[in-house]
Amino acid sequence: MTDSIAVEARHVVKAFGQGDTAVRALDDVSVNIRTGEFFTLLGPSGCGKTTLLRLIAGFEMPSAGAILLEGADITTLPPNKRPVNTVFQSYALFPHLTVAENVGFGLQMLGRPKAEVAATTARMLALVKLEALAGRKTSQLSGGQQQRVALARALAPAPKVLLLDEPLSALDLKLRKEMQIELKRLQLETGITFIFVTHDQEEALTMSDRIGVMSAGKLQQVGTPKDIYNHPVNRFVASFIGESNFLPATREGDRYRLDCGALIAAPAAKAARVTLTVRPEQVRLAAAGDTDAIPATITNLVYFGTDTHCHLALSDGTEVVARLQSPATGDAGLRIGQPVGLRFVPEAIQVLED
Amino acid sequence: MSPAEQAEVTRSARNGWLLSAPALVVLTLAAIGPLAIVGAYSFMPPGEFGNVAWGFSLEAWQGILFTKDIFDGTLAWADANLTIFWRSVKLSVLTTVFAFVVGFPTAWFIATRPPKARAMWLFLITIPFWTNLLIRTFAITEIIRKEGLLNTVLLNLHIIGQPLEMIYTDTAVFIGMTYVYLPLMVLPLFASLDRFDMRLLEAAYDLYANPWQVLRRVIMPIVKPGIIAGSILVFVPSLGAYVTPRLLGGGKNMMIGNFIELQFGQGRNWPLGASLSVTLLIIVTGALLVYVRYANRETRHGQ
Repeated sequence: MTDSIAVEARHVVKAFGQGDTAVRALDDVSVNIRTGEFFTLLGPSGCGKTTLLRLIAGFEMPSAGAILLEGADITTLPPNKRPVNTVFQSYALFPHLTVAENVGFGLQMLGRPKAEVAATTARMLALVKLEALAGRKTSQLSGGQQQRVALARALAPAPKVLLLDEPLSALDLKLRKEMQIELKRLQLETGITFIFVTHDQEEALTMSDRIGVMSAGKLQQVGTPKDIYNHPVNRFVASFIGESNFLPATREGDRYRLDCGALIAAPAAKAARVTLTVRPEQVRLAAAGDTDAIPATITNLVYFGTDTHCHLALSDGTEVVARLQSPATGDAGLRIGQPVGLRFVPEAIQVLED
Repeated sequence: MSPAEQAEVTRSARNGWLLSAPALVVLTLAAIGPLAIVGAYSFMPPGEFGNVAWGFSLEAWQGILFTKDIFDGTLAWADANLTIFWRSVKLSVLTTVFAFVVGFPTAWFIATRPPKARAMWLFLITIPFWTNLLIRTFAITEIIRKEGLLNTVLLNLHIIGQPLEMIYTDTAVFIGMTYVYLPLMVLPLFASLDRFDMRLLEAAYDLYANPWQVLRRVIMPIVKPGIIAGSILVFVPSLGAYVTPRLLGGGKNMMIGNFIELQFGQGRNWPLGASLSVTLLIIVTGALLVYVRYANRETRHGQ
């Protein structure tokens, strides 16, 4: 990975419809995607992530703003003039062509010599481990195999950027896990910039070099998976990625007073009224009378195998979830209704000012 | 297989035949029967007042390509017949090609409308079927005749100084047949295009195909069944067309259909009419075989 920029979106706006009924699918989105990185656009359905991908592919034109590929403005180029290929959610394989013909299609359209098309096709089929199926019609393949053909077809012309539009959403869980590893391997082997669209946060966290979290047509946060998980910039990011506890608090000097009365140290903020957020695995239980612990009552216990989710209520009713590693004996000695104390791992507390 | 099972299979096969008996009877009476009679007539000498005489003769088959001199009995090429065959094949091929050229964009237009509008457009396509072919052909006559609508408009706009001679020419027959058979091209093409997955267009554009390549390498191969069906539906009736060439081609510009009618009518040569009919059947079958084989070879090599 280098620091050069593969794709840049500059103040991109995309509106569908006209006048008062117009919907802004993208609302002033700017992002730099680095050469050779695995970049994921993550967000709930309707957040604009697929629209951004289609703008980069050239299937749609932005209403305002510009798309740059390696510094060159490609905003108005049609898709067949952009060195960018797409793996479609529906795969969109050509039903009248064999697997090999599908994979070679792009190179053929580029007018490459037959020998080169054949050689590259063979190499791509080997890359996705489908050599044995080269002569099959695509309708005779399973979902996972079709997925691999779609990947090989999009990679064959050696695009500068590969766009993947929720390519794993049609696969069952086991296959999806396999393909996640496979995709990551392909990305490392080819060194091509991948822009991956998904609504699955786990997929995004495990595969990406960087993630762009989107909501309501806006890019909420861009960062590494660790950044996004540990330092969410707002409530949306904190709740969409992983689980979080949200604790309303008021600033008192350099500390924060929770609504239940407890005082907590956390990074400084400008606003007087803030929300503190802590991941459930960063909540620790203490004995009931512990002086520096916040008093709470256990309201529910949910056993997950490796860990147990302990739902707690603070004295003002605020709910907090603690994820506790299940002890070897399988019984942590906790009961519903039991009064306990809780502590937050100090460096895990984030302050949200919205 | 045990004897009991074998008996069961035999019985169900026999029952199957019995169940299809009504269809077989209808087929025999309605399709094979008349065809057999026509075939038999073609090998008989003509009767004195039309009809056929009992006996065996190859004259009718000879008469397709040759004429016998009435004085010395020598054979010569029947140029008039050959002209009619050539005109029939030429006009039918032209009609089919032109119907495709016009019909494909039409079908594409309809297939890409929203579902509600699609039904309306299809409905409009079928409206001509509500009127008798004869009346529609007369209507065309009214448009293209010397003092007709088209010439009047063109003359008044001073686009032409002389009225165009369109009626009673091959062009008139071609225009008429294209008009009459166009819906038969549009409907099967639409049926194919309607099932076409439009997302493949994006995939093809994404893989560097230009619009022409998208049409040639993706759309056409996939909707080929519709193209074949439409072409057959237009070509076959064109080749045997009767009303259109009769009204728009006048008496001189005959096609095979008119020529056959002539033999059974004024010509009083039923055997020749019969042999011509069989010839028409052979031309159609041959053309279809060549066409379908060619189309299938395209599929195998059309990467």
